[in-house]
Amino acid sequence: MTAPLLDIRSLHLGVALGRSAHHPLLKGVSFQIMPGEAYGLVGESGSGKSVTSLAVMGLLKRPLAVSSGEILFKGQNLLTLPKREMRRLRGNRIAMIFQEPMTALNPLSTVGRQIAEMFVLHQDKSWNEAQKLAIDALASVRVPNPDRRAKNYPHQMSGGLRQRVMIAMALACNPDLLIADEPTTALDVTVQAEVLRLIKELCAERGTAVLFISHDLGVIASICQRVGVMYAGCLVEENETRALFDTPRHDYTKGLLGALPRLGSRSQHGRQRLVDIDSIIADRSKLTETRFIAPRGIEGSQP
Amino acid sequence: MRLGFNFWLGTGLTALVIFAGVLAPWIAPFDPVLDADLMSSELPPDATFWFGTDAQGRDVYTRILFGAQISLTVGIVSQVINSIIGVTLGMTAGYWGGWWDDLVNGLTNVMLAIPSLIFALAVMAVLGPGLPSLLVALGLTNWSWTCRIARSSTLSLKSQGYVQAAQTLGYGDLRIMFTQILPNMMGPILVMATLGMGSAVLSEAALSFLGLGIQPPFPSWGSMLTDARQLIQLAPWVAIFPGLAIFLSVLGFNLLGDGLRDSLDPHMRTRKP
Repeated sequence: MTAPLLDIRSLHLGVALGRSAHHPLLKGVSFQIMPGEAYGLVGESGSGKSVTSLAVMGLLKRPLAVSSGEILFKGQNLLTLPKREMRRLRGNRIAMIFQEPMTALNPLSTVGRQIAEMFVLHQDKSWNEAQKLAIDALASVRVPNPDRRAKNYPHQMSGGLRQRVMIAMALACNPDLLIADEPTTALDVTVQAEVLRLIKELCAERGTAVLFISHDLGVIASICQRVGVMYAGCLVEENETRALFDTPRHDYTKGLLGALPRLGSRSQHGRQRLVDIDSIIADRSKLTETRFIAPRGIEGSQP
Repeated sequence: MRLGFNFWLGTGLTALVIFAGVLAPWIAPFDPVLDADLMSSELPPDATFWFGTDAQGRDVYTRILFGAQISLTVGIVSQVINSIIGVTLGMTAGYWGGWWDDLVNGLTNVMLAIPSLIFALAVMAVLGPGLPSLLVALGLTNWSWTCRIARSSTLSLKSQGYVQAAQTLGYGDLRIMFTQILPNMMGPILVMATLGMGSAVLSEAALSFLGLGIQPPFPSWGSMLTDARQLIQLAPWVAIFPGLAIFLSVLGFNLLGDGLRDSLDPHMRTRKP
């Protein structure tokens, strides 16, 4: 068995208020991503998905702070890495794409320049060389007329195109790990499918591992080999995608899957009701270490 | 984009001052200092002396043209110094936060608490009169508003998606500040610099009026007013024209600044019905 690319070991993270008060957000999250693997992280808003990815990037802002645990990237603990080294990893070995393609690009410079900057920054290329590489990068994310598009400003592009530009920037230096934080949420469904296929194919081609964060189970199912389900700062279940969808083990996962409408399911499964998960995020302070789901309960299950 | 009447009036007046200052050596009919002739002192405006002559018989029109050079130099250089200090402090304070932010904020508050003209007076008293110390005095005393604006712009730009994206893509702090933040806040900084030019011209006139700025016999609008003080009943033109020059140039800079703000900041744009 090969060594994992990213190995998060019992990561505890919280809001540090002053010296003594500590409000936990992640309570011992552990998972591993193998080289080239696509790993999905699902969970509701506030369950700690994004904060996990920020911890990996080393971009937690005060008052957020890691209290214990390890994040090993190629065997190197990212939490103890000097700032300068960490910056060299970001964008180069670990890259990230965001939910909002409308705001993720600098409105004042051309997209070609913004992609080219990645090559200048991380690979010490000259600007001339970098411009050419930027056009190649645009072509690789299947932007039509890449040499003309490189001279465009972000406002001249549609959301889908901008997200492609973001992907081109993120993959410019052939990173080992791509963190995709709900990259398709802001896009409409047809564009969403294209962008997903693009991420899937490009990463498979280059052997880039993906940490895919989403609350859309359909998206996760189509792209990831393994899935972790997060709830209230804990990884409550983890399995192969197929197995997780077929036999969910945790109550919360069952609730999550039950809340998904299925097309044509009535003829197959008879009349069904969508399972309702009480839509208030549980008060963290009332959650015990072992039974996070208890205070909310799901219709039909006995608490 | 529609620019209002005020903007064009401001542009026109500013252009007039710039033309006067730049072309003074060629379009002025006399020498501002050497053409003194006591025989023709205190003459009212006529065809030869358009704005009349002063107590030493020097042409007021010529002196106003050369005075524009000084006002422009002071306005531009002091605002460049102000902007560099203000932007550097404000941007780093907003971006890094922490103790540096506290320090810069404290310093800004201290600067705002002291009236800038009083501060400039103190600096002039230490450095002695003359153009270089005038530039230093006005350049060091007016950066607090620019600093405030740079800091608050940085704070709001810092949370923009592209700044955060730049962080995840491995940009260093300085690179983010200069490629992502600075270009995006140039609008308000430019407006501040233009408005500041107006107040710098006014401050220069005030300091020269008090005898601390440009020294006679070199023509500054402020020192011309000082000279005109005793003559105001006998030869009002000696006071009226420099006063008018100060008034119109400050008005021009302010209108230009307001117009720039209206066109650069979409939230502030005032629509005429």
